[in-house]
Amino acid sequence: MESIKVEGLVVVRGGNTVLDRLSFTVDAGSVTGLLGPSGSGKTTLLRVVVGVQKITSGTVTVLERPAGTPSLRHDIGYTTQSPSVYGDLSVADNVRYHATLHGRPAAAVDEAIIAVGLAGTAGRLVRTLSGGQLSRVSLACALVARPKVLLLDEPTVGLDPVLRRDLWALFAALAAEGSTLLVSSHVMDEASRCDRLLLLREGRLLADESPNGLRSSTGTHDLDEAFLRLVEHGEVAA
Amino acid sequence: MNPRLALATARRVGAQLRHDRRTLALVIVVPCVLLWLFSELFADQPLIFQRLAPALLGVFPFITMFLVTSVAMVRERTSGTLERLLTTPLGKADLVAGYALAFGVLSLLQAGVACTVALWLLDLDQPASVTVLVLVALANALLGTGLGLGMSSLASTEFQAVQFLPAVALPQILLCGLIVPTEQMAGWLDAISRVMPLRYAVEAMTKLTGAPAVSSRVWTDLAVIVGCVLVALAVGATTLRRRTA
Repeated sequence: MESIKVEGLVVVRGGNTVLDRLSFTVDAGSVTGLLGPSGSGKTTLLRVVVGVQKITSGTVTVLERPAGTPSLRHDIGYTTQSPSVYGDLSVADNVRYHATLHGRPAAAVDEAIIAVGLAGTAGRLVRTLSGGQLSRVSLACALVARPKVLLLDEPTVGLDPVLRRDLWALFAALAAEGSTLLVSSHVMDEASRCDRLLLLREGRLLADESPNGLRSSTGTHDLDEAFLRLVEHGEVAA
Repeated sequence: MNPRLALATARRVGAQLRHDRRTLALVIVVPCVLLWLFSELFADQPLIFQRLAPALLGVFPFITMFLVTSVAMVRERTSGTLERLLTTPLGKADLVAGYALAFGVLSLLQAGVACTVALWLLDLDQPASVTVLVLVALANALLGTGLGLGMSSLASTEFQAVQFLPAVALPQILLCGLIVPTEQMAGWLDAISRVMPLRYAVEAMTKLTGAPAVSSRVWTDLAVIVGCVLVALAVGATTLRRRTA
């Protein structure tokens, strides 16, 4: 069953076509990687699915409701690229506020903080944390809601490899429990951890395949190389 | 509106304020110091102090809350936290009510301390009702919150937000009757001041002090201010855009 369905999506902003005739679906209970260079339209696409981006044409359906439907706000978790958290609150206060907004119990707060590896800093003021820690606070604020659909914009930027591995393991575990994750990244080595990949370049979908499918269709084992070949051949995979 | 979410927001804003001790100290202490300065300035003309002090008690909460709210909201807008909040079940009315509640408590504290200092340390004439005096001060604070909320949508940086204070507040301060009593103003200035909410705040404060009873005029003024607060908060809420280009 699909959680997200995008058909003929076009977003034009200030005369520029940011997203150009995108169509794809994202299955429930899967981790989908949204990959592409900076400026390819990843953030805009995520904002469309969240329902905060005005679209020019096309339809976007999330959990069988049009994107932006008020009731969807209970079911969607979203982290922005730059961590949108309150610097003058403690880690726990930030997460607790989001827990309350989603009607989640106090125990969920500790759970989310542990999941992102911030148990030791729960009482610290967020503005005293490092950049990587900030983005984890932001992630915890999304996780605490236990949303059915999680949209994460570059959640692993600036994190050390161990933590990145742990987070991708967490994403896989959430998907196994039935959540749908759409995770943007510009790091190709993260692509292999996804069930499915959406490759975006200049607002167009270059590929919509599993990592293995992409490797075999481009005849290379290296996903970075696969992306290059797609760009050079101007192919559009179905 | 969902009271639980509004309360959670008020608690969150309150916690942020508690972590900002310097702002809290400035909000509480500065009005008292200014009132004391005024009383010293007019030590030989106590009548002038008796006219100015109540007006100032109305003006301070307005200025403080206007600044605090507009900067806080610009921060919410530029840090991305506002966009994020609007993707959660939190409604716009919940957010505005949460802010109004948190800043309302802060302004009650401010008004309480400033009134105490004015009445008992600086010998301001006893008002007909201290409760109504504090109520008017609270209404003025919420007026500042409402206008600050709306103005924050026109500012894209905190620098700009601060510059809106002289633009929005100073004309009202000049024409509200604080500097020249409204009945002595030129007709057209008086007409302009009639559409400025601060005029009614200052009038209510002035008519309260040294009066034997709360006059009906005070209640009318209070009603006008509360009406302006509701309009300002409602207009402010419409500037919170869920969906942008």
